[in-house]
Amino acid sequence: MNDTRWPQAYASGPLLLGVRHHGPGSARAVRGALDAARPAVVLVEGPPEADALIPLAADPGLRPPVALLAHAVDEPGRSAFWPFADFSPEWVAIRWALEHGVPAHFIDLPAAHTLAREKGEQDPGAKREGEVRGDPLAVLAEAAGHDDPERWWEDIVEHRGPGERDPFVPFAALADAMGALRERYDAGGHGRDLFREAHMRLRLRAARKEFGEQVAVVCGAWHVPALREKTTVAADRALLKGLAKVRTDLTWVPWTHRRLARSSGYGAGIASPGWYGHLFHAPDRPVERWLTKVARLLREEDRIVSSAHVIEAVRLAETLAALRGRPLPGLGETTDAVRAVMGDGSDVPLALVHDRLVVGDVLGEVPESAPAVPLQRDLARQQRALRLKPAALERELELDLRGDTDAGRSRLLHRLRLLGVGWGEPARSRGSTGTFRETWRLRWEPELSVRVAEAGVWGTTVLGAAQARAEADATAACALADVTALAERCLLAGLPNALPVVMRVLADRAALDTDVGHLAQALPALVRSLRYGDVRGTDTGALAGVAMGLAERVFVGLPPACAALDRDAADEMRGHVDAVHSAVGLLTETRAGAVAGGAAAAGSGPFGAGPGGGLRDRWRAVLRALSSRDSVPGVLRGRAVRLLLDDGALRSEEAARLMGLALSPGTAPADAAAWIEGFVGGGGGLLLVHDERLLALVDGWLRGVSGEAFTDVLPLLRRTFAAYEPGVRRTLGELVRRGPADRAAGRAAHGAVTPGFAAEPDTGRADAVLPVLRLLLGLDDDSDMRDDNILAGVGV
Amino acid sequence: MSAMSVTSASASASSPVSTSASASERPTTAEPGQGESAQALRPHAEHAFAAELTALAAQDDRPRPARWKLSPWAVATYLLGGTLPDGTVITPKYVGPRRIVEVAVTTLATDRALLLLGVPGTAKTWVSEHLAAAVSGDSTLLVQGTAGTPEEAIRYGWNYAQLLAHGPSRDALVPSPVMRAMAEGMTARVEELTRIPADVQDSLITILSEKTLPVPELGQEVQAVRGFNLIATANDRDRGVNDLSSALRRRFNTVVLPLPASADAEVDIVTRRVEQIGRSLDLPAVPDGIEEIHRVVTVFRELRDGITADGRTKVKSPSGTLSTAEAISVVTNGLALSAHFGDGVLRPADVAAGILGAVVRDPAADRVVWQEYLETVVREREGWTDFYRACREVSA
Repeated sequence: MNDTRWPQAYASGPLLLGVRHHGPGSARAVRGALDAARPAVVLVEGPPEADALIPLAADPGLRPPVALLAHAVDEPGRSAFWPFADFSPEWVAIRWALEHGVPAHFIDLPAAHTLAREKGEQDPGAKREGEVRGDPLAVLAEAAGHDDPERWWEDIVEHRGPGERDPFVPFAALADAMGALRERYDAGGHGRDLFREAHMRLRLRAARKEFGEQVAVVCGAWHVPALREKTTVAADRALLKGLAKVRTDLTWVPWTHRRLARSSGYGAGIASPGWYGHLFHAPDRPVERWLTKVARLLREEDRIVSSAHVIEAVRLAETLAALRGRPLPGLGETTDAVRAVMGDGSDVPLALVHDRLVVGDVLGEVPESAPAVPLQRDLARQQRALRLKPAALERELELDLRGDTDAGRSRLLHRLRLLGVGWGEPARSRGSTGTFRETWRLRWEPELSVRVAEAGVWGTTVLGAAQARAEADATAACALADVTALAERCLLAGLPNALPVVMRVLADRAALDTDVGHLAQALPALVRSLRYGDVRGTDTGALAGVAMGLAERVFVGLPPACAALDRDAADEMRGHVDAVHSAVGLLTETRAGAVAGGAAAAGSGPFGAGPGGGLRDRWRAVLRALSSRDSVPGVLRGRAVRLLLDDGALRSEEAARLMGLALSPGTAPADAAAWIEGFVGGGGGLLLVHDERLLALVDGWLRGVSGEAFTDVLPLLRRTFAAYEPGVRRTLGELVRRGPADRAAGRAAHGAVTPGFAAEPDTGRADAVLPVLRLLLGLDDDSDMRDDNILAGVGV
Repeated sequence: MSAMSVTSASASASSPVSTSASASERPTTAEPGQGESAQALRPHAEHAFAAELTALAAQDDRPRPARWKLSPWAVATYLLGGTLPDGTVITPKYVGPRRIVEVAVTTLATDRALLLLGVPGTAKTWVSEHLAAAVSGDSTLLVQGTAGTPEEAIRYGWNYAQLLAHGPSRDALVPSPVMRAMAEGMTARVEELTRIPADVQDSLITILSEKTLPVPELGQEVQAVRGFNLIATANDRDRGVNDLSSALRRRFNTVVLPLPASADAEVDIVTRRVEQIGRSLDLPAVPDGIEEIHRVVTVFRELRDGITADGRTKVKSPSGTLSTAEAISVVTNGLALSAHFGDGVLRPADVAAGILGAVVRDPAADRVVWQEYLETVVREREGWTDFYRACREVSA
């Protein structure tokens, strides 16, 4: 605008604008400086391969935050991002150039070299941050007497409002300061900076040759002195000679404020993109505007916040800033003010403010004309490798997981399902129930390509994206059972790295879930995946730990949870008790197997007899407690006794005693009937056929039930006995018809033995069975003693 | 500590003092006989730390708000501790985030009332007393909130003998601490604001928004002079007892005093306080209880935060508050047990019963929480076997 300033702008060679990446104050200053200096070309720190992508920035479909994504062509997982928000100085410079029809170029070291470097340093975002975050700023801030370098930078640079000032002074001052710093702390620690700066100098020279003196460079403040340095072309060339290279592809990808925030993985290094965006866009009075924004947000969430609150918050923020010696309230002061004035001192509304405003939900957009995302490429590559062509026609695919290719296919399909790309749907396997067989129904529909593109935000490879997605899903899941299901899917999809997160969420949910029913529901699925994981050879140590913890919690919580239930709740709980019982059995086996396999017995505490045994013993103790507690509904008590009896943990006399207790006249008939249902319900009729004592107890109780009560218990009994197989029912009926007297007589005649058996074992006939039995049990001849014992057991 | 303050406040309130009396005439201690604050069981903050306050005032060259004894910076330093340019060491009165003290002091400087919230045992009263002492040089203008606090305690009462003899006059008026603070531009304190019945609470609204207290009987009013402000404390576990009306709430800036941030800080606080209390109760000295103290603090923290110290396992939280103050009492109790009945060394068994009592407040729900914690966390922990056994014994 002011032409007279030109000579001043380029007085000392090209206009070097040192900035802090993603600094709104820097961005504002850059815009002012460019407006004043009107350069003929703008050079920006960034990968030069992306020059072709710069015109896309003018496309209205490209909305920041976006990132330049560079990835190795044949290894999409090796990638690097250069994120831009609309308040990034680099972005401002690019937009300025496009708006004024001035060419813009990236001048950093090519991504081809960056990506060729060793894997450990893939992320140039972190690297870029490291330059400014590290020593130089801290040292400068310390020199100025501030303990927090970030805050110091904000006070002197980022919080500069718009105004009529010499646009070049701050940059010159900053360059001098950085120069002084670099003299003391030479770039020794930043080995890669030498190459980058050499490359920048080369590009700068080329630009000056082409456009003359009117060249503006926007780069990290740290690099400014290096660009001013006088070196020879030959020296720079020599430095760059022989750098490793890979073939790279670049594209724009949508980015989010959340990813700009330091807290999320990629971290371009700013904690508060929303706040910075606000500082950049607010024309004036940033604090007042910000607090008004906060008030509006809280109002939308039904919190009563009036204008008076805003006024008081502004006053508090300004006084706080004065107390802390800052020129203008920063994020810290406004946050404190919001907490004290609007939030009643609570952090809950603050979390909302942080999430929605300080970080913000801004999602960038990229036009369709941008090159394809690498996830698509990775998928195509895997499809080729696994010989799995996408076809629109539906077809069924049988996989044998013992083969490498098929296992790979299964994993790919499971991963895609996790990503919401429903290419294959699992179908029921025909004929075989083995865990090594899977059947899929495949169908590739055109919109799946869109899904893949969408899934691109999760990562650059199918594996990485599925992993990130699984972790995000686990964090977002509400129900415990959802998380266990997710754990199962992670195992199926071969995502061991996502498991720790899922397990942590699972452990947290389990700890906080007070409903034993939920815990009991989650346990079986978990134990299943534990066993399944074993089949696939996955490391399931964490899984086992969580399963054990879950079991413990169920043990502790079950007895109180079983008290005072109505009939429906009791029936539901019986299902849980059954499920936990089988899960505990399975878990004990799995654990025992693991321990026998040499794994450390991590679960055995000071009082645990053995890893699995202790668990089973404790479960039995829980069942015993259930069976003898009066407040527990009959159906559960009966079930507990039955489970103990089946496990051999309860002698049959004891079971009979408990049954007698439950069926004694003092008990309400309905409760007693429920006890019977719990004890012999669900196909447990054979027990009654074979144990006369129990049958006699039931029979005796039933005859003692009064007429009115009988109508009440009839439906329950009917439900219990109707579930038996016809044969069992008939035998029971016959036994009952014979009557107790008859039975007593029969017992006398048979010498008090079970009906159907002789009084004495017929050793001759028994011996005849021995060879077959040996064959069946796979026993050797020399273990005769054991055989005898087993046979004795069978004989009685 | 609050009991003492009540006595002094009510004693001084009951003596008829004209609202126009200057600060120097006003008795600062309850009884002339008790005058020497050094002999008091618990001297007021402005007496106990008089030397520090004087040193701060002497060195303080920053601008002071009207009638403040110190500048806001000096007040913050007084609470947080530090070293003055001349080498005077200011002991920290409050160990916690700097932010909290800064916001509190700033609030007082912007003439907004300050509400200190927190679970019991987080030093709310302590902070409010020291703030008043540093800002106004007087922490005795105190109203103790109870379920029976009358309106007179906040506004004014009457000396009925005077009233009957001479009719309504300024002399018959008995000003409340709040009224006196308004007239003299001092800091008034209201303890346990949420225990005060709602209608009495609301008499604060006019005082805080209009900064005036009308006396219709005399056709007069008392206008607050610059420097007047009010610090209230409330217990956020008591929420819902007499919740503040939103009109009143709006007049306060709220600062929540958190529980100690790190285990080490808490162990430090507990050890120091236990030592002080033990000395004042003449308990026999018990050596080396630091391990058990650490254990008590760990158990309290884990149950309170709902997560184990290593951040690996979540646990349920019981209904009790489990504040640092309770940890202190469990340890003092255990010390007394071990000194009088044990072998003189603080053992797991000495603290187990105390912990159980502190954790299990609701016999049904908390017992489950405690057992689950014992079984899933304590049992597995290395070196905690004795403690586990002791807890099992008392829990059974």
